[in-house]
Order: sequence, then C-alpha cells, then structure tokens
Amino acid sequence: MKLELGVNREFSEPLLELKHVTKYYHGAAPALEDINFSVAEGEFISVIGPSGAGKSTLLRCINRMIEATSGEISFDGVLISKLKKRDLRKLRTRIGMIFQHYNLVDKLSVIENVLHGRLGYKSTLAGVMGRYSPEEKLQAMRIIDLLGLHDQVYKRCDQLSGGQKQRVGIARALIQDPKLILCDEPIASLDPNSAKIIMDHLRDVSAQMGITVIVNLHQVSVALKYSDRIIGVNQGKIVFDGSPSALTAEKIAEIYGSESNDLMVELGERYAI
Amino acid sequence: MQSDIFAKRKKDSLIFFFLLILLTVGSVVITQYDVSKGFTSLLKAFIWGGSNFYPDGKSLTILPDVLRKLWDTILMSIAATTVATVFATLLALVGSRTTRMNRLFSLVARGIASLFRNIPLVAWAMVLMLAFSQSSITGYLALFLGSFGFLTRAFIETIDEVSNDSVEALSATGASYFHIIFQSVLPSSLPQMISWILFMIDTNIRDATLVGLLTGTGIGFSFDLYYKSFNFHAASLVVILIVITVILIEMVSNTIRRVIM
Ligand SMILES: Nc1ncnc2c1ncn2[C@@H]1O[C@H](COP(=O)(O)OP(=O)(O)O)[C@@H](O)[C@H]1O
Ligand SMILES: [Mg+2]
Repeated sequence: MKLELGVNREFSEPLLELKHVTKYYHGAAPALEDINFSVAEGEFISVIGPSGAGKSTLLRCINRMIEATSGEISFDGVLISKLKKRDLRKLRTRIGMIFQHYNLVDKLSVIENVLHGRLGYKSTLAGVMGRYSPEEKLQAMRIIDLLGLHDQVYKRCDQLSGGQKQRVGIARALIQDPKLILCDEPIASLDPNSAKIIMDHLRDVSAQMGITVIVNLHQVSVALKYSDRIIGVNQGKIVFDGSPSALTAEKIAEIYGSESNDLMVELGERYAI
Repeated sequence: MQSDIFAKRKKDSLIFFFLLILLTVGSVVITQYDVSKGFTSLLKAFIWGGSNFYPDGKSLTILPDVLRKLWDTILMSIAATTVATVFATLLALVGSRTTRMNRLFSLVARGIASLFRNIPLVAWAMVLMLAFSQSSITGYLALFLGSFGFLTRAFIETIDEVSNDSVEALSATGASYFHIIFQSVLPSSLPQMISWILFMIDTNIRDATLVGLLTGTGIGFSFDLYYKSFNFHAASLVVILIVITVILIEMVSNTIRRVIM
C-alpha cells in the first residue's frame, strides 16, 4: 500500500503542492516560513507540533480561509492563490474541513447540518431557502447511516455528544464530495473512546473512499498509529517530513523542543500497554 | 499573595462605600433636598392616593374608550418594534464582526447604533414634535428610533457571540455570503433575537404611555386628560389597566421565551 503510494507520488501529478508558502500575521516572526511539500492522492498525513507552531495556519492557507503572505499553492492542477471569489468557492467545494469545536449550527438538526455541505454547489436563492434535491437528501441519509447516526437524524445538534457532533462534521465534509479533507485537531476535545471512533472513520474515509486526509494532531501516538506520513512543524517551519517509522525520539525532541520530555513519558506509557 | 488579594478587595469595597456616601451627602447638600420631608410627603402621597386614586363605579363608563386607546398603544408599540427589527437586523449584519463586509461600514453601523441608543426616548419625542407636532406619528417614530438603536446593538452582540464557528465552517464548504447568513447566522441567533424583540415590545408599551403624555396620543393622553380634569377615579383606572397590560405582556413573552430557548 505504502509502496504503491510512493510510486504514485513520483509518476502522477500531486493533488496538492505548496511552494515557499510564508505567512506573517502582524508580528515580526512569521507564523509559517518557506513551507514546501506535496501530497499525493489518497495519502493520510498528520501534521504534528507544539501549540503555536503554525499547524492551524498551515491548514487554513490551503483552502484560503487564511491568505498566505507569499508562496504558491496548487490543488488538483489549479493555482489557488490566484483564484477570484467565485472560483475560490468552487474550489472549496472539493476540500472538506473538520474542526476541533465541530463548528455546527447547534440550533439546527443533524440532517440540516449535513446538507450544509452542499451549499457550495447551490445558487444564492436555493441555498438561502435551503432547497435540496431528493438525491442530495438520499445521499445525506446514506452518509449519516455510514457514520452510525441514523437515530439522530432529526435531533438538534446541541443535544448530541461531542463524538456525535464530530461525526456530523465528517458527514458535512463527505457530502461535499471532496478530494481532500482538512482536519484541525478533530479529537482534541474528545474522550479517548470517541477519539478512536473519529480517527477510525477518518482512516476509512481515506482508505475506502480514496479521499486525501490531512489532520493536525496533538497526540504523537495517534499520528504514529494512523498516518501514512507525518509532517512535523516547529515555529512555522517543517522540521520533519517522512513515514511514521522514521520518526525517532530525537526527531520528536526536535519537533516539540522543550515540551518533548513530557511527551516521551506519555508515549512510553502508551507503548508499554 | 492570596491574602493580598483579599486585603485589596476589602479596601476596594471600603472605598466604594465611602464614595457612595460622599455622593449622596454631596447631592443632598447641593440640591438642598430635605430627606425627612421627602419621606413624609411620600407617606402623604400614599394616604391621598388611598382616599382618592381608585376607580369608582362611574369611572367604569370610560372603559370602552380607554380599552380602545390601550389597544392602539399596544399595536403601535408592536409595529414600532417589528419595523425596527427589520432595519436593526440589516444594520446588525453590517456591523457585526462575523458578518461585516468591510471594517469601515461596520464601524459606521456600530456608531449609528450607539448614537440612536444613547438618545433618550423623550428627547426623540421632543425633536420629532418639532417636525410632526403632537400626533401619533411622532410617538410611533420616537419608539421606532429608540428601538432601532437598541435592537441593532443587541443584535450585533448576539451575532458576534453566537455564530462565529459555524460561519467559518460554512465558508470553508464554499457557501456564499447569503447562504451563510440564512443557513448559519440567522438560525443560530434567532432565539436570542426573538428574546430581545419581546423585551423591546414590553419596554415600548411602557414607554408608549410616557411618550403619549408628550405627544397627546394613546393611553398616555387618556391619563393626562383625566388627571388634569381632576377625574382621579378615571385616571386610576387607566393606570391599573396599564399595569395589568404590562404584566400580561410580560407573562406572554416569558412563555414564548421558554418555548423557543
Ligand atoms: N489571527 C491571528 N492573528 C495573529 N496571530 C495569529 C493569528 N492566528 C495565529 N496567530 C499566531 O500564529 C502562530 C501560529 O498559530 P497557529 O497556526 O494557531 O498554531 P497551532 O495551530 O500550531 O497551535 C502563533 O504564534 C499564533 O499566536
Ligand atoms: Mg491550532
């Protein structure tokens, strides 16, 4: 499997490519500095690093929720940095996004939240009125079933548990029919059981549907378990980019700097079990 | 460190009470307000009210007329609120950090809201009277402008605090500005907004009475008329009806609130 992906990466056009991407907020230090990497279709990539390293910024530069200061990003053969508003909307329909705090409309039902994933394809009027085709509704139901939410379809989202909310988040991304899903700390607010369910779903999304997944993670152990490839970020720079097996203790220390001691203890415990 | 904080708290409250006493004494001295006389006249007022200010059988004959005026006043308050709601929603969308199209418009919108909210209702009524003289349009516009400012401010805060996250999610799916407004911002904010609207109707019915005194319309005018012609029984009936109405309206809004929240 991994070998195949390696071959893919060399021969076919990458799905996503970042070249010299740099982001300055107001401060003097860049949040991202000269980021370069490319992603092949179907890869499952984890981005790890201490908080404030620039993981969220990196993810949001890809779908231009945050504008990079300089550099080039191309997705599926399109140079996204140059896109006008209309085309940017069209591009975003092919990139799903999942958030730490789920970012659902809590007052609306599960099915309504899931169908929000279709808004990018809609005219102003149809979207404003919330008019969805029978096929879209059917597809929403299929995805909801797939994520084990069939008993929650008409429940308001503020009545769901965190794990259920995140599954609604995944369903909303899936109904977009995306080629890529970006996940910003999808399990950081969840208990270990729900976290495992969410990570398993993300792995299925990647393995069975062939959707590329990039996920920001706090937990190195989770990144090691699920990823084809890990990117380590520290102070806005990529300090590691390779397979999980190449992520040695020294590399982890380099990624996490002073935080790494606690981390190694935590990792040691997990491996011991 | 801990004990420092407690000592500081204690000092703060001492300073606060000292300032309060200083302010009270200061203003009593400056205005030459006789505190004991104030309290005794309050008592006298109650005694007078008890012996004169109650509805008698004869005053009930004015009931149909007063009820019609009351009904007019309620409708005017509701109409002022609903129309203000429409304009306030639009301005709040421009003003809110979450939904603004650009920073300058947002600043202007917030400025307008603050300005309108900080002008007292009575001042609006007086200014409007110059233009429209004593008429119901004056009262209506005064209520409308006050509600407009207040609701805009309240809606801006509601939108700001309620819908940030889902707005981000929907823009990331490729949804357009209007999709986001109608599918995320309004559904998220609606219960809170309705609660503010109910509060505003409530307030406007109370205020309409006061404005009516100035503009010579509605229930306020009825009260003024009977009071100035020394028909205290009738005037008291008006007051009682106003109080009952306000309580009823408040009960209705509380019920609605419970259902929607
Ligand atoms: N909107 C913003 N304005 C200014 N600085 C920001 C903003 N968002 C993030 N930053 C800064 O950029 C750096 C990277 O942040 P972020 O991408 O959120 O890191 P991570 O997701 O790895 O915790 C941090 O130093 C953070 O303070
Ligand atoms: Mg982050």
